[in-house]
Amino acid sequence: MVNVIADQPAIPVRRATDGPWRTAWRKLKGDRSAISAFAVLVVIVIASLAAPLYARYVSGTDPFATNLNGEIVVDGVTQPVLQPSTEGLGLGMTPVGPTWRIGPYMLGADNQGRDVAARLLYGGRDSLLISGAAAVLCLVLATFLGVVSGFFGGIVDIGLSRILDVLWAFPIFLLAISLSIVLIAQSIQIGPFEIRSGSLWLPVFIIGIVYVPYVARPIRGHILTLMHAEFVTAAIGVGASPWRILLRDIMPNVVTRIIVFVPLILALNMMTESSLSFLSIGVQPPDASWGTIIQDGQGLLYSRPVVALAPGLAIVITVLALNILGDGVRDALDPKSSPRGV
Amino acid sequence: MRPQKAFAALIPCLALLGVIMMSPASSALATEGKPGGTLRLLANAAAGTADPHINYTLQYFQINYVLYDGLVTYKKAGDKTGFEVVADLAESLPQVENGGKTYVFKLRKGIKFADGSDVTTKDVVASFQRIFKISGPTAGTFYKGIVGADACLKAPAACTLEGGLSVDDAAGSITFNLVQPDAEFLQKLAVPHASILPASAPLKDAGTDPIPGTGPYMIASYDPNKLMKIVRNPHFKEWSKEAQPAGYPDEIDYEFGLTDEAAVTAVENGQADWMFDPPPSDRLAELGTKYAAQVTVHPLTAMWYAPMNTNLAPFNDIRVRQAVNFAIDRAAIVKLFGGSNLAQPACQILPPGFPSFAAYCSFTANPGEKWSAPDMDKAKQLVAESGTAGQEVTIITEDTTVSKAIGVYLQDVLNQLGYKTSVKPISQNIQFTYIQNTNNKVQISISQWFQDYPAPSNFLQVLFSCASFTPGSDASVNISGFCDKSIDASMDEAEAATIADPAKGATLWTAIDKAVTDKAPVAVLFTPKRVDVISSRLKNFTFSPQFYWIVSQSWVE
Repeated sequence: MVNVIADQPAIPVRRATDGPWRTAWRKLKGDRSAISAFAVLVVIVIASLAAPLYARYVSGTDPFATNLNGEIVVDGVTQPVLQPSTEGLGLGMTPVGPTWRIGPYMLGADNQGRDVAARLLYGGRDSLLISGAAAVLCLVLATFLGVVSGFFGGIVDIGLSRILDVLWAFPIFLLAISLSIVLIAQSIQIGPFEIRSGSLWLPVFIIGIVYVPYVARPIRGHILTLMHAEFVTAAIGVGASPWRILLRDIMPNVVTRIIVFVPLILALNMMTESSLSFLSIGVQPPDASWGTIIQDGQGLLYSRPVVALAPGLAIVITVLALNILGDGVRDALDPKSSPRGV
Repeated sequence: MRPQKAFAALIPCLALLGVIMMSPASSALATEGKPGGTLRLLANAAAGTADPHINYTLQYFQINYVLYDGLVTYKKAGDKTGFEVVADLAESLPQVENGGKTYVFKLRKGIKFADGSDVTTKDVVASFQRIFKISGPTAGTFYKGIVGADACLKAPAACTLEGGLSVDDAAGSITFNLVQPDAEFLQKLAVPHASILPASAPLKDAGTDPIPGTGPYMIASYDPNKLMKIVRNPHFKEWSKEAQPAGYPDEIDYEFGLTDEAAVTAVENGQADWMFDPPPSDRLAELGTKYAAQVTVHPLTAMWYAPMNTNLAPFNDIRVRQAVNFAIDRAAIVKLFGGSNLAQPACQILPPGFPSFAAYCSFTANPGEKWSAPDMDKAKQLVAESGTAGQEVTIITEDTTVSKAIGVYLQDVLNQLGYKTSVKPISQNIQFTYIQNTNNKVQISISQWFQDYPAPSNFLQVLFSCASFTPGSDASVNISGFCDKSIDASMDEAEAATIADPAKGATLWTAIDKAVTDKAPVAVLFTPKRVDVISSRLKNFTFSPQFYWIVSQSWVE
């Protein structure tokens, strides 16, 4: 008797496949650049959140109060925070330079005698907060507009698309600067909410608005593509309701695209916030952001360049990390996509 | 009196007059030099209108003195004689008649405007009428004493100055009749606001369209965003070396837009010859050492101050204004300006060494003659009494390094006093006119005032008299909107006394200085010094106490 079964080819064992999220996570974990960038961002966020602790326990100064008559002890020698020139004609005052030690004035002082390191951390907190909140605002608005426009089509699509086209036609910074100049000196009322002049929410609002077309249009385009996909056609064929199609078939495919946008929009927001603050139309003094600190340091480029270089470096590192992470996320979630594709 | 970059003269008295510190430049006008070449001047921003009857800035007063002439002017000299009034378009200083109420001038013959037309008595009459018709910033202060000026101030468009100004065409004489004697009338006629312009000059702000003048130079083109090109006036012939000497450079290019940092670098590198703006603080040490030979420092009769709007909360409460004065650490602000070699703390209106100056400081920890330290406790007590803590305050500064830094410091002070304060830096080009206009509802700002001529009225009357306050106007130099009838009456009394009894007049002005200081319409911050940075190729830098650098008298190699 022959064991027939034994002679037949073995049936491959069906292994449970990973879901799309698990697959993406696995890909992301394998991307060393992206993980390194993520780690850098985590460090930056934690350091920024620790700003009040640093100011209180390490710096021991109020980073928002001027300290023109302050003193600092370096190597046992008491020095004024603002030091008068004693050479030549004896003109000018120079803020104390970096001590390069953990403690007061590790990165020196600005022209108001404030601790640059403490302000750098507080500035990071505000820059990250504004960038993050503006990204949320932007993505929520853009997703809503893109989905409504792409899914419902017709006159709704035409109307919304033209509005987005108009916004798109404006150079981003020109639009942001114009909005800032108009709104910076006055409060704005949005329904029950009032954004007061000088509030951090003002740059959040402005930056959140100006990038909406850059996200909404690709989402709309993606939805238009999905509307002609076989699985959507099949759902329509079996009589699924539009809401079911939207929620069960369309949105799950859009979410990955939105996630890809998160780090990229964060990076753009950070650049925009810094630029507006540098131009005095973003974060208002005495609040600090990396952009305002660069502006403070602009007047000290010759004598104390670290005041401008430190926040500049922080912006470069953060934006670079966000972009690298963004690329990693895109490769993991949506390798065929083009972030700006329509 | 001039604001912000306003102009003019300086060094008060003889004490300060001669003080030219660390200056490599000469103090006398050159008798030799090489005509030709192009002077390149830099400023962060233009200073607004080119209309000499309207512009009230140091930046353009300095230029207007070589573009325009009045019947009289200040002697163009680099020493104390620079304060002397000399005949300019008039043949000589006037005959003063009728107990000091009538001035008779005789117009020089043969002088032409830059457009080739002759200067006539008709132009003189039209020019003085124009001062009122365009509501010039000093119409209500400098020239209100001319008979008929009252009617002109009430109805500018119909201004004739009837009875106040008459001419004899045949004799070329011009007669001013004053309501009462004015000891400073000649000095007031010597500033650019009394320039003689063609009768055809527009009866509105000329803006960027230059009006022909009589000086050795004329504006060829003016773009406030880029350049004011100044060239020789082809119709100019020197008639008085001390009033309006011929100039050396063929062309003067006044370029706008470079930051103060970039401007310093350009001058150091010889790409420009001079910069109007004070050098930024981070460059001072470098300038004072490596480029010391190209730096001059001169004391000024001027002040940096913070005007507070006496008609807007919270500064409509005198206790709040006094609190601000008590709270400000003037020594700290001096550091923001570059240190004690470049400024001195001040807390009264008249600058040190000025006529009628008597050291006085009530807003200090130990009230007396000098400011010693802030008194924050007293300041907080006054704010608590006023019940205004918690109100929002906005500080308007220029977008220059120093002005912004002072604004941020003041914000910190006001926050400590319990206010919610924000700082709004706006372009230097418009800040001075912006803060004057009541429509902009400016609460507090940072500004500067430089004397027009050495007389106490030049600070006190111009900045704090009711006549200097014109609601809704860009030319309302009484930025605080301060109007105290009793102090106004005292000013009139002091003015009159100055003629009859100069010693009594001086005493009265001293009392007025204290009275205005105590009312605290402004917080005086410090008395500045002027730092000029010049290129190594620029020669004969002559610093007049009245004109500052006399642009036309330098040449380039």
